[in-house]
Amino acid sequence: MLGRIVLHLLVLLILSPLLPGVIAKTKALFAGRIGAPLLQPYYDLARLMRKEFIFSRTTTWVFLAGPVVGLVVPLLAAQLMPFGGLGASLSFRGDLVLFVYLFGLARFFTAASALDTGSSFEGMGAVREVTFSCLAEPTLLFALLVLACGADSLTLNDLLGPALAGRWHSGQAASLALIAVCLFVVVLVENSRIPFDDPNTHLELTMIHEVMVLDHSGPAFGLVLYGAAMKLLVLGALLVRLVLPLQTGHVLLDLLLLVAGLVGLAVLIGVVESTMARLRLPRVPQVLVGTTLLSAFALVLVLR
Amino acid sequence: MVGLLVFGLVLIATSGVPGLAWRRGDSGERLFCGQVLAGVLGCLVPLAATAVSGGLRLELPWAVPAGWLVLELDALSATFIAPLLLVVACGALYGLRYWPQAEHAANGRKLRLFYGLISGAMLVLLLARNALLFLTAWEIMALSGYFLITTEDDKSDVRQAGFIYLIATHIGTLSLFGLFALLGQHCGSSDFPLTASLPAAGSGLLFGLALLGFGMKAGLMPLHIWLPGAHAAAPSHASALLSGVMIKTGIYGLVRFTSFFAHIPAWWGWTLLALGAVSGVLGVALAIAQHDIKRLLAYHSVENIGIIAMGLGLALLGRSAGQPALVVLGLSGCLLHVANHGLFKSLLFLSAGSVIHSVGSRDIDHGGGLLKRQRWTGLFFLGGAIAISGLPPFNGFISEWLIYLGGFGVLETPSSPLAFAMLSVPALALIGGLALACFVKVFGVVFLGEPRTDAAARAHESPPSMLWPMALLLLACGWIGLFPLSLRALLERAVSDWTGAPAVATLSADLAPLGLVAAIGWVLVVGVLLLGAWLHRKSATAPREVGTWGCGYLFPAPRMQYTASSFGDSLVRLFQFALRCERHGDRVEGLFPDKQEFSSHTPDLVLDRGLHPLFSAIAAFLGRLRRRLQNGIVACYLFYVVLTLTGLLVLVRL
Repeated sequence: MLGRIVLHLLVLLILSPLLPGVIAKTKALFAGRIGAPLLQPYYDLARLMRKEFIFSRTTTWVFLAGPVVGLVVPLLAAQLMPFGGLGASLSFRGDLVLFVYLFGLARFFTAASALDTGSSFEGMGAVREVTFSCLAEPTLLFALLVLACGADSLTLNDLLGPALAGRWHSGQAASLALIAVCLFVVVLVENSRIPFDDPNTHLELTMIHEVMVLDHSGPAFGLVLYGAAMKLLVLGALLVRLVLPLQTGHVLLDLLLLVAGLVGLAVLIGVVESTMARLRLPRVPQVLVGTTLLSAFALVLVLR
Repeated sequence: MVGLLVFGLVLIATSGVPGLAWRRGDSGERLFCGQVLAGVLGCLVPLAATAVSGGLRLELPWAVPAGWLVLELDALSATFIAPLLLVVACGALYGLRYWPQAEHAANGRKLRLFYGLISGAMLVLLLARNALLFLTAWEIMALSGYFLITTEDDKSDVRQAGFIYLIATHIGTLSLFGLFALLGQHCGSSDFPLTASLPAAGSGLLFGLALLGFGMKAGLMPLHIWLPGAHAAAPSHASALLSGVMIKTGIYGLVRFTSFFAHIPAWWGWTLLALGAVSGVLGVALAIAQHDIKRLLAYHSVENIGIIAMGLGLALLGRSAGQPALVVLGLSGCLLHVANHGLFKSLLFLSAGSVIHSVGSRDIDHGGGLLKRQRWTGLFFLGGAIAISGLPPFNGFISEWLIYLGGFGVLETPSSPLAFAMLSVPALALIGGLALACFVKVFGVVFLGEPRTDAAARAHESPPSMLWPMALLLLACGWIGLFPLSLRALLERAVSDWTGAPAVATLSADLAPLGLVAAIGWVLVVGVLLLGAWLHRKSATAPREVGTWGCGYLFPAPRMQYTASSFGDSLVRLFQFALRCERHGDRVEGLFPDKQEFSSHTPDLVLDRGLHPLFSAIAAFLGRLRRRLQNGIVACYLFYVVLTLTGLLVLVRL
């Protein structure tokens, strides 16, 4: 088990900054540019770690708690999530609820540290983050319910275990496809990607996640970026495992499959970001309620 | 042991009496506090004994017809009594400085008298095994609650809140009289029937009466009308007692009542599950729309009662379908959430009281930046906020996790008739997400940012005698969150007290993963502390002279910060179909707009939107009817006499 935990940590710590790099490269290629190098996020993190802090005089210790919790939570949640065919390193009945609520804790502190600055822009970002997430959460749980319907166990490891491949070939394929779409939307919302949020916009009024971390600087901002990349990897692993339920039984091959799946997901996100405009903010809740209904429909299909 | 319990009970119940002699000076309140603490210690010993071994029972003759003084302490009662004792003790200590006799000479003695009385009455109620004793204690509790709510009876909104509470609680008491009269007919004595001794056939009326009577006290959604006003009107430590403990007596009544039956009809479980989900979602949605911190916390009580009712509903469904795993998860989630809500809601009320004490206002928008001036209060409030949002590593997560697992668990039996009970899972997720949003709002607006008023800028930390009770409650929250297995034996015994079946091996298996949940909680706490310490050390020398980045605007003012209403607005709009928030003020138009005002107000869904208009309409109709009938024409009156006589004659002939 200890080996598993270390493996999960290594995958997470080493691979996660690659995904934003792949997304940026894909977008650059779509726009006909060469773009920043694939490893740019690593350079950014290294540079931020060397920089100094600047604090607003309004802030308190809560301001630093946001990045800290935002980094620790994905590290823990990753232990519950099966990484492709590698399986989860910790698994117990009901771990899926803990998985969802750990990210809730990270959201609480990220939003609180945004409000700690007293800036109305960051307040706006905090509201949008908690509003959209509380609409995305039922979708995520409906998806988990669909997965739990066939499996006779309540651990993420078994829901996304070897039996999943067989379910794609049974009558449940339509439901699984529907929740795959819903989970893709959840991944986009939770990681603030277009069409829900534009991480590269330069107008603070329209941002969600970026505006919450406007005042973070130096290593604290590095932790924010690192935590966000890890969150993308952990939630992405859920989707990749759902769509690619292959298992070779060989550690290296499984690892390669996982990386390939994650890079594929990053490319897909890049394509979506290049080909879609971002939604108007009032539209976002409507889309999210729509995906909740879609996932409820998938559940009905399974139960029928 | 029994003697000690009764001794502690009497000490608590009479704790306010000696203080009546002192109009001035603080001897009266010190005596009160000492007596309450001594009483709580006296009760703790038998309680601990119950947790370890079996229960206690005391039977004495009572000079009331059909009354028989039967007290019994079993594990089910113990799960309700343990948080009660802690909250009572913390509140009494907190009240020393929060409501000192020197500043409140007019009502301090009254407050302490009824504080002790309601605590004692609740203890008797939770121990009583005789219907008459139960109802007596219930009524003493209800009336003492009225006097606690109307502590400041010179204010008209306080009197109004007390009046609504008085009506609501007596509607509840009335239906409880009916319930126990019917139950007495059923089993031939006014003593509580044995666990699982009654057949459920034809007891639909009983369940309806219990739901009305107990649900009114608990504050389930359409019956919650008295709750927001009452909790806002009472002094904070009395609100903590009312909201943290008193409303749970309604849940206790429902749990105890359902334990009498050997077979549970499925519709009982479905009803509670549906009511719980509605209370949960609408309770938290109404909470987001509030500006008054105590009203907001009161609506969160409605939400948490909803979660508790969902747990009980799942347990009842498990009983009706014969699924012991569901019974264990649902009921232990329900009971644990009762205790948890008692702890974190009192913690939140006490820390809100500490804010009100120093800022002098209950309005959330009058705070701001208080974490710098009230470091400890802010920390305790943050802990309570995380716990009530159901986030790890605090206790709220543990009980919600149990109920979640019950909701997921119905799927494990193929083609189960209970499959729809899994809709409790997305409902809980929505409630959790909304509660998180609401507490980010309260904590952010009150404690973070810049002070919005002069009072907030001049705020000061509360004295240690107010901080220690909060610290104790936060420790209890952390304890349950990080050592949940320490409560396993008590919960398992309570479940077997409820079902009447001896504890079986499946019980342990269902609660076993709690150990790993707690382990991850520990890693989370340690990880956050280590990384936080590293970041803190790295940033210790960083400059703190600059202002917040205003996106180019150079003259930001505290009034420009996000307020409670602007924070809640996007969520309130989503629930506009149910909340019907009223917005006053015009749009800002043109390049050089005039001065504009904006305000928003969300009246209660049932009381202000439903009952007030309904009763006003009835009163207006009856008024018109009276004017029509009593029109001053003598001939008409003679005509009524003739009409009545004729009617009576016909009646006699029939």
